[in-house]
Order: sequence, then structure tokens, then C-alpha cells
Amino acid sequence: MKIRLDNVVKTFDTFRAVHGVSLDIESGELLALLGPSGSGKTTILRMVAGLEYADGGHIYFGTEDATDIPVRDRGVGFVFQHYALFPHMTVSENIAFGMKVSKVKRSPEAIRERVEELLALVQLSGLGERFPGQISGGQRQRVALARALAVDPRVLLLDEPFGALDANVRRDLRRWLRRIHDELGITTLFVTHDQEEALDLADRVVILDKGMIVQQGTPEEVCRHPENAFVMRFLGDANSLPATVRDGMAYVQDVAYDAAGLADGTAEVLFRPADVAWREDGQGVPAHIVRVLDRPDSRRVLAKTTGGQSVEFDTAPEFPHRKGEAGFIDVRRPRIYKNG
Amino acid sequence: MAKHLSGRRPPRIGDAPKFRRALIGIVLFFVAVVVIAPLAVIASHAFSKGLPYFTAAIAEPDTRHAIMLTVLTALIAVPINTAFGIAAAWAITKHDFPGRRLLLIVIEIPFSISPIVAGVSYLFVYGLQGLFGPVLEAAELKIMFALPGIVLASMFVTAPFVARELIPLMQAQGRDLEEAATSLGASGWRTFFTVTLPNIKWALLYGVVLCNSRVMGEFGAVSVVSGNIRGQTNTLPLHIELLYHDYDAVGAFAAASILATLAVITLVVKVALERQGAGRRSRPASLAGNDSLSEVKP
Repeated sequence: MKIRLDNVVKTFDTFRAVHGVSLDIESGELLALLGPSGSGKTTILRMVAGLEYADGGHIYFGTEDATDIPVRDRGVGFVFQHYALFPHMTVSENIAFGMKVSKVKRSPEAIRERVEELLALVQLSGLGERFPGQISGGQRQRVALARALAVDPRVLLLDEPFGALDANVRRDLRRWLRRIHDELGITTLFVTHDQEEALDLADRVVILDKGMIVQQGTPEEVCRHPENAFVMRFLGDANSLPATVRDGMAYVQDVAYDAAGLADGTAEVLFRPADVAWREDGQGVPAHIVRVLDRPDSRRVLAKTTGGQSVEFDTAPEFPHRKGEAGFIDVRRPRIYKNG
Repeated sequence: MAKHLSGRRPPRIGDAPKFRRALIGIVLFFVAVVVIAPLAVIASHAFSKGLPYFTAAIAEPDTRHAIMLTVLTALIAVPINTAFGIAAAWAITKHDFPGRRLLLIVIEIPFSISPIVAGVSYLFVYGLQGLFGPVLEAAELKIMFALPGIVLASMFVTAPFVARELIPLMQAQGRDLEEAATSLGASGWRTFFTVTLPNIKWALLYGVVLCNSRVMGEFGAVSVVSGNIRGQTNTLPLHIELLYHDYDAVGAFAAASILATLAVITLVVKVALERQGAGRRSRPASLAGNDSLSEVKP
């Protein structure tokens, strides 16, 4: 089912949570809404679900205008951040709930069969008689997914699906969710503030800030071509050096970077910690090392330029230099953005 | 951790043996004088002239009528206040609307106002000289000095009980469960009966029990609006006072012992419910995955 958001607006009291967001979600696509807290990503998800109503704009499911269809009749599967399993029902009863209350009548045998099928799908066969309080967080999340899938939703919506789990469980569940999605081919929309999760899982990532879409694209597109400083910073560690643009070149202290097409004025040069080489031959921005941190697979160096800016970069574990030594920061893939 | 491993370490604050003994002693003394002694006296006085006199006192028509009236009042007031309490708790915890916090405060007013003030104000509103007096008289509706007045006054006094028990619990549970049920296609009623109610039932029962005991025991508000007509508008607490003023000490104590028995039954039910995880301070049993909730099948 293809989902289309057309200029959707939501305002809470006086706070504008979502400003005119337009978005196409292709049928069978796995799409991530990524943004910091307060960016409006959960509100968008809840509007697609029908848990909030849009104040303006339209939401289409296929060709049908679903904007005003109540959540009950919208046919969405919603997985809540804290699972929202019914604590007084067993795992099986939780999964069967949607089928029991459905307008489509199913025989008890058919329901039981479907529950078994779903338990197998989420790899929880044999745990059907447990209560939610008796299983682990990761298992609960899988029950929540099975429950949402039980009603054959047109679209699957997940709100920070792994937010409350340990890092290890998180990664396993992520890969597992991708497998389930590929198996079922259901249009899926999920919300996260974790860029690693979004890039790892999604076909396409939509990055939001302050209720607006700042960039959307495949993980490759957003990683390789961040459109502005916010995206660049949000997707990972980034160093920033103030620069001045003159005649298509950006100058940091005396070092020039290609800034073709940028108007003259102040700008900033952003780059990833991995895109730095430490040199002693005078090429790059002069700096001295402040601290060296050891990590399992690399060494992170904290340096300060002669202009007083802090820069962090990653080197091989064999990096020989120590605190206090002076040298030059050579930036490999600088990205230059105008200020403001 | 309560054990002192070495004598050198000073006891924790408030843990010195002398202080502990004194504290427990004071509390026990207080309970004996203030709570136990009067109850014991009621029992002993009620039976002081022997069981036959006691049963005769109970069987006395006016006393029986008072008992029936009290039970009838409870049967009307408690269900209405329960419904109100659930509705209020639901509205406050599951919806956002202007004046939500104000409503929360207003619901608590009966806790802080003296019941007699409530009784008098009802008199001003529904009495013959009151606000609606002429209208009610024209319609031949008798509210004051009749059952409706007694029920209304009792309801005023006990309005907050159920809501106060439910609100903290429902606030802790949030709206996720209801939203999940609705997104799965359940109707509002279905959601309430299969999802909300099973998760609040112990707290609800606890609130109902408290509400009931207060309705049965209410004196101040009811005494103003009932008119104390023996055999007609006398509830049990009012009747006890009447008997006492008639110098029928044994009758008064016998009636009081009935009321006390009702209270003790309530107390037993309350303690039993608290064991089930109801009550305000305990964690919502539902969130702990309590097995005792498992019998509920939708």
C-alpha cells in the first residue's frame, strides 16, 4: 500500500509540531523517520496511524483519502515504544486480540492457528501461555509486532521500536525486523532518533528537524551528500571549523578549500573524524594534540588548532604521536556550508 | 541490612533501642485508648443485657427501618458515585481538555469541606426556601427530608473516593493500552471492558469499599437534610444518636455495633483487596505482570 502525505500540519496548543510535511512512501518500502526529539517524527507517525488528527493537509492510503478515517478503521498495525502489551492477557491472547474484536468474524480454530503461525514468525513458539511480565523486553517487542501483524494491516508503523532495549538485543532485533519485512513485503514506517538504526534498517531515510523534512533519500544519499550542516552533524560525529569564502574558495586560517558556487561571506567547514590525516610537513591547519583516547579498533585524537578550535579525529591504533606534539590537520573530505 | 554488624557503628537515625521502644509504646497506647477501647465498649454494652435484649433492640421496627434505609442509600449512592468516579478518572487521565487540573481540584473539595456545610448548602438549594424550592414544590418533588436528599448528601461527601483511587493508577498506566486496543480495531466499550477495566479492577473495588463505608457511616451531611423522622428518614448513624438521646443506651450500642460490624466487614474486604495489589501507593499490579490478574479472560 502506497502512502502519501500531502502538506500535513499539526499544532499542539501553540506549539507547531509538524509544518507542512509532504512525503511519499512506496508500497513495500521500509522507511525511517529520523530526527532529534521534538522534531515531530512521532507526531507524523501517529497521524498516519490516526492516533492524532492532522490540522491541515491530507494523508492518502493508495488512492483513498485516509485523513479522517478513525484509527479503528484505518487498518494500521502500530507498535508502541513501550510495547503496550495487555498485561492481564497471555502472549497468545494479546496476539489474538485484534482478530477477536475484528468485524471480520473468525472461528476460534482459525484464530488459534493464526496465533501459532505468528508466534512461529516472531520465533516465540511455546511462549504463548506466558504473560507479558514473564518475558524479556526483546520478546515483548516481538509479541507487540506479532499482535500488530495479526490484523493484516495495510501499513506497519513502529514508534522507536528498539528504544527501550539493550544495545546487543537492539542490533539482533534490527536485522531480524529487516528479514521479516523482506518476507512479508508490508509497507513499513518507523521512527527513531538513532541514526545508526535508521541507516542500518531502512530503504530510505527521512531526516526531520523542527517539524520539517530537511533531507530524504537512501542511506547512501544522505550519508554521502548531506544537504546542510544539520544533516551532517545529526548523522554522525562532525568537526567544524569557521571559514571565510572568497572567490569560490573557503579559507580556514591560511588553508584553502574548494567552495565553488558559494557566495562570499562566513561559512563553516565540516568533516568526519575519519577524514583527517595528521601531518608534520606543513600541509593543513596547524594544531597541537590535547589528548589521545584508546578505543578497541582505533585511536581517537583530540587536538586544538592554533585558531583555538577543537578537532577530533580517528587514527590507526599505531598512531605514534602524543599529547602536546604539534602538527597539521589535513582534511580529506571537507563539506562547506554557508552559515545561517 | 537492619542488623548492626559492629557495635562501633552508630545506629541509623531513629534506630536507637530506647527511641524505638518509646515510639512503639506510644503508638500502641494511642491505638488502645483511641481505637480499641471504644470498640470494645460498644460490643460489651450492646451485649450487657444479654443476647435476647440485643436481638430485641435490633428487631425494633425503627432500628430495622434505619438499617434498611442505610443499606438502600448505599445501594443507590455507591453505584452512582462509582460510575461518576470512573468517568471522572477516565476523562482526567485519558483526555486533554481545558480545566482538567481545575476538575481535579474540584473533585477533592468534598474531602476538605465539613459534611455539615454540604448538608446546609443542599438545604439552601433544594429546601422549601431554597433556590429550587418553589419549582420542586410545584412539581411535588420532595428532595429535602426524604430519601433523595439523603442520597444526594451522601453522594456529595463520597464523590472523590473512587476517582481518587483510580486517577493515580490510570495516570501511571498512560494511554498506550487503550490506543493499542483501538488501533487493533476494538470499539470504545470493548476497549473499556477488556483492557481498561481489568487493569484497574482492584483499585476500583478498593475505592468502592471506601466509598461504601463512608456512605453507611455518614452523619453530618445527612443529619441536616434528613429531618430525623423516626421510622422514615432516619439512617443508622442518625438513629443511634436518637436512641442515645432517648437514654436507650443498650439500643444505641446495639445499633452502633451493627454499624461497627458493617465497618469491620468493609475493613476486612479492604485489607484483602490491598493484598491483591490495590491501593494507591502500591505499584500497579498490572504492570508487574501479576498472576492474580490472570483469571480475567476477555
